[in-house]
Amino acid sequence: MSVHLDISHIDMVFPTPQGEFTALKDVNLKIKKGEFISLIGHSGCGKSTVLNIVAGLTQATKGGVLLNNKEVTEPGPERAVVFQNHSLLPWLTAYQNIELAVTQVFGRKKSPAEMRDWISHNLELVHMTHAMHKRPDEISGGMKQRIGIARALAMEPEVLLMDEPFGALDALTRAHMQDSLMEIQDTLNNTVIMITHDVDEAVLLSDRIVMMTNGPEATVGEILSVDLPRPRDRIALAKDPLYNQYRSAVLTFLYEKQRKVETIKGSASSTKPRVAAA
Amino acid sequence: MSLFANFSITPRQFGDAISDVLPALRRALTAAIVPILGVVMFVVVWTIAAGSIQTSLGQFPNPASVAQQTVNLYQEHQAEREKAEAFYQRQIERNAARLAKDPNYPAKIRPYTGKATFIDQIQTSLITVLAGFGLAAAIAIPFGIMIGLNKALYTATNPIIQLFKPVSPLAWLPLVTMVVSALYTSDDPLFAKSFVNSLITVTLCCIWPMIINTSVGVASINKDWQNVSRVLRLPPLVHIKKIVLPAAIPSIFTGLRLSLGIAWMVLIAAEMLAQNPGLGKFVWDEFQNGSSQSLSRIMTAVLVIGLIGYLLDRVMLQLQRLLSWNKASAQR
Repeated sequence: MSVHLDISHIDMVFPTPQGEFTALKDVNLKIKKGEFISLIGHSGCGKSTVLNIVAGLTQATKGGVLLNNKEVTEPGPERAVVFQNHSLLPWLTAYQNIELAVTQVFGRKKSPAEMRDWISHNLELVHMTHAMHKRPDEISGGMKQRIGIARALAMEPEVLLMDEPFGALDALTRAHMQDSLMEIQDTLNNTVIMITHDVDEAVLLSDRIVMMTNGPEATVGEILSVDLPRPRDRIALAKDPLYNQYRSAVLTFLYEKQRKVETIKGSASSTKPRVAAA
Repeated sequence: MSLFANFSITPRQFGDAISDVLPALRRALTAAIVPILGVVMFVVVWTIAAGSIQTSLGQFPNPASVAQQTVNLYQEHQAEREKAEAFYQRQIERNAARLAKDPNYPAKIRPYTGKATFIDQIQTSLITVLAGFGLAAAIAIPFGIMIGLNKALYTATNPIIQLFKPVSPLAWLPLVTMVVSALYTSDDPLFAKSFVNSLITVTLCCIWPMIINTSVGVASINKDWQNVSRVLRLPPLVHIKKIVLPAAIPSIFTGLRLSLGIAWMVLIAAEMLAQNPGLGKFVWDEFQNGSSQSLSRIMTAVLVIGLIGYLLDRVMLQLQRLLSWNKASAQR
């Protein structure tokens, strides 16, 4: 399969009062259509920056992102974003929040009846039909995030970008949301980049796990291919030796190879990362 | 048991009802006790303090004299209304009699020119303050939105806004009076000059918090919502209509509420000097009058002014609760 999303030689330099700060250096990643990629790494290593660059919300200092071999520099609905803080508009109901996205993207292409059906379909996909006329302050955190996902999916994006979408939720809700996400992925087969801190989540959901080195000058450290058959059942996987192998590979990277040591200002991070063939 | 025979409830049901009502009653009383105690303390302190202050116009008014004057003012209002009624009645009879004699007689209808009563003055004050406030809102909200959206416009106008914000209404009034005299020249004006002067002074003083709050609300939209707009590629006008304006509504309402409080305070001062026939003029006239009842009547007016200001604020708060989506900003 050809490359769907090509993140190519990304550098990100921020000007600060203390001089230039290089957050990312030479980040490269090629993603195939329908792949589920997890981006994992320590806090502050630049994962969100990479996602924002792919989304077009930030401009890279060097390098670029190619979607279907065309460069993308602006945000757009074909790279839909699910934000960490759901970002629902509080004065609109759940239905109206999705409607805003759908009218904007499909205003000219679908009839009002088709749009209504499409919105209902997406609400159904995230199991939120019962709450469609509620305002964000009337629903729980998990429900808000479901609506956020529904809104992103309703744009029929080429790539779904998720910035720690379940980070603000408790463990039980997170488990439900992960199951819902796998169900949706099963149906729609989107290309997804998801940022997460949770190792179990990464191994459970992804096709490949991209592990980033520590900042500054963060880059892709290792890429782990997760060859577990789908559909994946977390209870069964808990006893699966292959699952545990993957888990320990990620944990080793994060906690041994890329240990966050309190470095003296200016010195390099603890070890040099190994770059696996992507 | 004959009681229960009539109402067909059992003694047990009666007992249950009492034991449901009593705790609620007790809760309500406990909640009300502390504020009531506060008011009672205040009245006691006031009476004692008033008793020890002698002015050239007599004893400083205490709660009893204020209560007395409230009754007086209302009675005067009623007496005046009766006189007006009688006047119009006589006029109708006179005209009818004349018309009966001579069908071609042009009936003379003259308006009653009696004194404005206290209630009339309250009405005038309310109309003036709402007119001034309304005019300020009509100017401030569109202007605030414009400068909130455009950083250059904001930087250009901000010094002027900051300069005029602290100016007292009493300083504006002479200028406003002269300008209105020069420009508002007509033989049969729809509005009295004193009304226009007071109105414009109120507008000039209460417009600044509205502008500032509106522009800040528009300029500081949550970054996340801006990102949503960017991902959706909303065109500029749609962005303003669907994201910026709704997001700014809580701030706009905060500005309106602040401004209304300022407007009411400014109005009383402006009325005193502009001689607009409202509560301000009442206070001024009483002071000039210098009768033994004047201080009590002024004190009554002070309490009425405070009460109306409080009620205006409450109405604004209710509006805010109805229309603003951010419940947290409309708590109290």
